Amino acid sequence: MRRFSRFNAVSLTLGFAFLYLPMLILVIYSFNSNKLVTVWAGFSTKWYGELFQNEAFLDAAWVTLRVAVISSTLATILGTMAAYALVRAGRFSGRTLFSGMIYAPLVMPEVITGLSLLLLFIGIGLDRGVFTIILAHTTFSMAFVSVVVSSRLVSFDRSLEEAALDLGATPFDAFRLVTLPIIAPAVISGWLLAFTLSLDDLVIASFTSGPSATTLPIKIFSAVRLGVSPEINALSTIMIGLVTVGVITASLVSKNTALRHERDAKAAERT
Amino acid sequence: MVNSTSFAPWNDPHAKPLIQFKNVTKRFGAFVAIEDLTQDIFAQEFFALLGPSGCGKTTMMRMLAGFETPTQGQILIDGQDMANVPPNKRAVNMMFQSYALFPHLSVWENIAFGLKRDGKSKSEIETRVAEMLRLTRLEKFKSRKPHQISGGQRQRVALARSLAKGPKLLLLDEPLGALDKKLREETQFELMDIQEKTGTTFVIVTHDQEEAMTVASRVAVMDEGRIVQVDTPDKIYEEPNSVYVADFIGDVNLLRGQATARKDGSGDGGISIAWAMEQPDLIASNADQALTNKSVTLALRPEKVAISKERPPEDGPSGINALEGTVIDIGYLGNLSTYHVQLADGTMIKAQATNTRRVARRDISWEDTVWVSFTTTAGVVLEG
Repeated sequence: MRRFSRFNAVSLTLGFAFLYLPMLILVIYSFNSNKLVTVWAGFSTKWYGELFQNEAFLDAAWVTLRVAVISSTLATILGTMAAYALVRAGRFSGRTLFSGMIYAPLVMPEVITGLSLLLLFIGIGLDRGVFTIILAHTTFSMAFVSVVVSSRLVSFDRSLEEAALDLGATPFDAFRLVTLPIIAPAVISGWLLAFTLSLDDLVIASFTSGPSATTLPIKIFSAVRLGVSPEINALSTIMIGLVTVGVITASLVSKNTALRHERDAKAAERT
Repeated sequence: MVNSTSFAPWNDPHAKPLIQFKNVTKRFGAFVAIEDLTQDIFAQEFFALLGPSGCGKTTMMRMLAGFETPTQGQILIDGQDMANVPPNKRAVNMMFQSYALFPHLSVWENIAFGLKRDGKSKSEIETRVAEMLRLTRLEKFKSRKPHQISGGQRQRVALARSLAKGPKLLLLDEPLGALDKKLREETQFELMDIQEKTGTTFVIVTHDQEEAMTVASRVAVMDEGRIVQVDTPDKIYEEPNSVYVADFIGDVNLLRGQATARKDGSGDGGISIAWAMEQPDLIASNADQALTNKSVTLALRPEKVAISKERPPEDGPSGINALEGTVIDIGYLGNLSTYHVQLADGTMIKAQATNTRRVARRDISWEDTVWVSFTTTAGVVLEG
């Protein structure tokens, strides 16, 4: 076994501390019974209870969830279509321009995206609310989905689609029955990416939200400006918990699939 | 070889071809993949497209499948112009070089894929897939996924899937490339067997000349977008129509020279070839005298060249064309040995002999002075 040097131990500790100490403190203080966030007064879960009594937070959470689910689903559909079209169209004049335009929102400052969308919504007289946030989030996250999906499509064996066509499938059937199931992992991770982007977006949402719809990040941000409350700590802890469970599940599932695949392939070569 | 009972529709002027290429040209930008190609392929043929990579054989196959459309000309299948028929509407199935098995579907589902697209009833699909599994001996593996079976089994799944719909025409794109030699040979005979059983027309693309010779009823040798020669395997080997074909198929000695009509009164006809200073002219009694005064190449298969320590008698069949040289190299292949003999002027001649005796009894060795000889009909005289 390789010796674990002291230098390694130190850098590992420092690295993890740098990443997780702030979150750890937040989690600990979410169980503080004191109303003053920074003064420890004993363990309590009462802020979690209060959180679930707080109508404003629950409303914001509900809006955020709806926006995230709908916008990431729309972005996944549009982004996958865009990626498919660009990868499959082969070479045509203006191709570089098109793919560049798809990826531009990735590097565009969010303030500019938000502002331009705000101007558009005002221009066409669209009342700002849940619907406009969904539109805005779809717009900027489909670029991310398209990047994830097209990187998978580039390595996709084209002859699989040709085989499906050859066996009598219509082009749509070939996509639905062969291409989509095979690139599904990329599509799902594109959806997850769009979902998390939408969940924690503050800038674009604040440009495009109206008085009728407030997302959780906006709510937290405005609440914090009046002072950090233990309820916010509790809320944040719940979100950290959800993300952690999600990430661990996803990585366990993909690791198991890869392992099983490898074992099967080895077994097949032996027979 | 050709007799009245043998299968040779290409010799029958009334036979209706299944596939007709009519002056087909295919360009990719400035690159010409297929150039003004006209060719008929008949029902129940096992037709091989043979050539080096980049000769256009794969493009021809992809045009038949419908993945490429000709730039000019027409392709007809069963008399119908295929120009506007998409791949999914053609009674043509293809076995892909990479097999292209659907990785997320089981062996059974892979084979059933095409049948389901046709909207066949459940029981019909069950029966047909079971039949295909039996034909390709895959019953035991029907619920496995493609990554759970071996390379040879995957190849059989690909074959079963492409045969399941009972296509008029089956296209095979380098089908055996990924298999090792022994399995490849076995599968070649299996393919021929299946072709015979199902009566399907097979078009196979390959760069492996041995494979083409083994399986095909006719072989088309291709070079740079053209078909150079189409013939039965034995004709391609014994009667190549050009130096390119002679050189591409098998091993050959190519002797270049100047032809003159034979003047002796023997009445044998043929030509004699002046080919090297200080070497006797070579006599080819089977050659056309129209080649007189042209530069020609005598193509001579190594197995038709005899090797001996003594000069063969002048009046014997191999006595007319006899050349003296030194053994430079011996390639021992077990059943055969190939002798590389260098003549006085530096020309290398390959001669092949069957090893009918055990090693100890064979008398020709390195550095030996030997005679290589061949009959006046052993070679083929080609222009150029």
